[in-house]
Amino acid sequence: MSTVLYDTPGPRGILRNRILTFVFAVALLAGLYFAYVKFDEKGQFDAALWEPFLQGDVWVNLIIPGLVNTLSAAAVAALIAVPFGFVFGIARLSEHKWIRVPAGAVVEFFRAIPLLIMIFFAQYGGSAVLGLTVTSFTAVVFGLVLYNGSVLAEIVRAGIQSLPRGQTEAALAVGLRKGQVMRLILLPQAVTAMMPAIVSQLIVLLKDTALGFIVAFEDLLNAGARILPANFRNLIPAVIVVAIIYIIINVLVGLLANWLERRSRRSRKTTIKPIEAPQSVGVG
Amino acid sequence: MGALVEEFPVILGAFWLTIRLTLASAVAALVLGTVLAAMRVSPFGVLRGVATAYVNTLRNTPLTLVIVFCGLGLGLVLDVSFSESLSTNYLWLSIIGLSAYTAAFVCEAIRSGINTVPVGQAEAARALGLTFTQNLRFIVLPQAFRAIIAPLGSLLIALTKNTTVAAAIGVAEASLTMKSLFERHQDSVVAIFFGFALAFLVLTLPTGLFFGWLSRRLKVVR
Repeated sequence: MSTVLYDTPGPRGILRNRILTFVFAVALLAGLYFAYVKFDEKGQFDAALWEPFLQGDVWVNLIIPGLVNTLSAAAVAALIAVPFGFVFGIARLSEHKWIRVPAGAVVEFFRAIPLLIMIFFAQYGGSAVLGLTVTSFTAVVFGLVLYNGSVLAEIVRAGIQSLPRGQTEAALAVGLRKGQVMRLILLPQAVTAMMPAIVSQLIVLLKDTALGFIVAFEDLLNAGARILPANFRNLIPAVIVVAIIYIIINVLVGLLANWLERRSRRSRKTTIKPIEAPQSVGVG
Repeated sequence: MGALVEEFPVILGAFWLTIRLTLASAVAALVLGTVLAAMRVSPFGVLRGVATAYVNTLRNTPLTLVIVFCGLGLGLVLDVSFSESLSTNYLWLSIIGLSAYTAAFVCEAIRSGINTVPVGQAEAARALGLTFTQNLRFIVLPQAFRAIIAPLGSLLIALTKNTTVAAAIGVAEASLTMKSLFERHQDSVVAIFFGFALAFLVLTLPTGLFFGWLSRRLKVVR
């Protein structure tokens, strides 16, 4: 295997690599053993701490409801954020300054501030300004929609802008109106190109639902870090199990994104390549 | 507006903590991320496997969970202690969480930077008789670093915003301070929110502009 960093190794190189691999493997095992001893000192491998995960009713009563809340917050937020993204992404491409500039300001503002302060604002602002009681579910969804909707708006804009100008020009030349150009020519091609980026952003959205933990939303993380430890005093095992659930869900959605990307690469609807997902860590 | 003026020292202190959290985590994440990236491109299968597993695990775990694990798991259950003072201890634990999480993304950014260098560059360098070290120092790494300036800038901005998650374990940075100001001044929630949002814009926008300018200036022309 030749990469930019090193050549295919010769006989001496292979021997050296084998020896070093062995050394690293030993060092790694030593590190794992050290961690094992530290956990064992605090009794983290006691059967009593892990045993609850073998009971059906712990899953049915404590973990699954949290998972359902996490998934429903993510689903509701995604269903609102995607249209939000399309509306604002297309608005930013408008020919009219009075539409383009405010849409741009909204998108840039919500992309630049932390999601958590939007959630806090929804919680306190709702009751202080409007006199409404805002549930933690609403507050979390509110923040998720504004932040992820704004990121999606950027994806939509980039997707439409990645189309060759000739597409718009040809469509106008055959007599389509502006709305028709967008609906019949640009969006069908752009959606194919931006699908993978949209799905990646939805993974970020799903991870972000865990911020609900901070405002006492009863999500999956809340089940792992508050409810289970309160019942069984097993914080570390519970957090690890919950982390595995998050990872499984995200890996599955990630596989969907990869499949969509492969599909859109050989799509005959458009010749443009899938656009890059934005470089965003995504809070949470 | 009155509340913002009245509480100005508190707000300033909170943002100073946010800035310190950001800088400390950024340095730690850059170091750890570089080590991970070196592992991921190394010729040793074991190291590649460990680094890949680390990156895939941390990237798919919510940051809130990572920070809660560090604060409560490491701090309370395993008694990891950095300081006598409880608040300083939680500050360090949140830095561990933030940098462990961000390092996974730094690793990916560096790796993709190395991938932007065409194999022909290294082959040409070897053909000229450069050794492995010279090859890395003069040919590969300078090009790789220039390619990752913009992505690293985005990561720094995301990290600045992510420090607010430290509120999950009670670190009194900007977002938690905002929440307590909301409670104290219920008549000026909107003004306080926009004040804090503006302060975050002041932190993130110049960073974005600076890294954008730097990456354009140092871009490798191909």
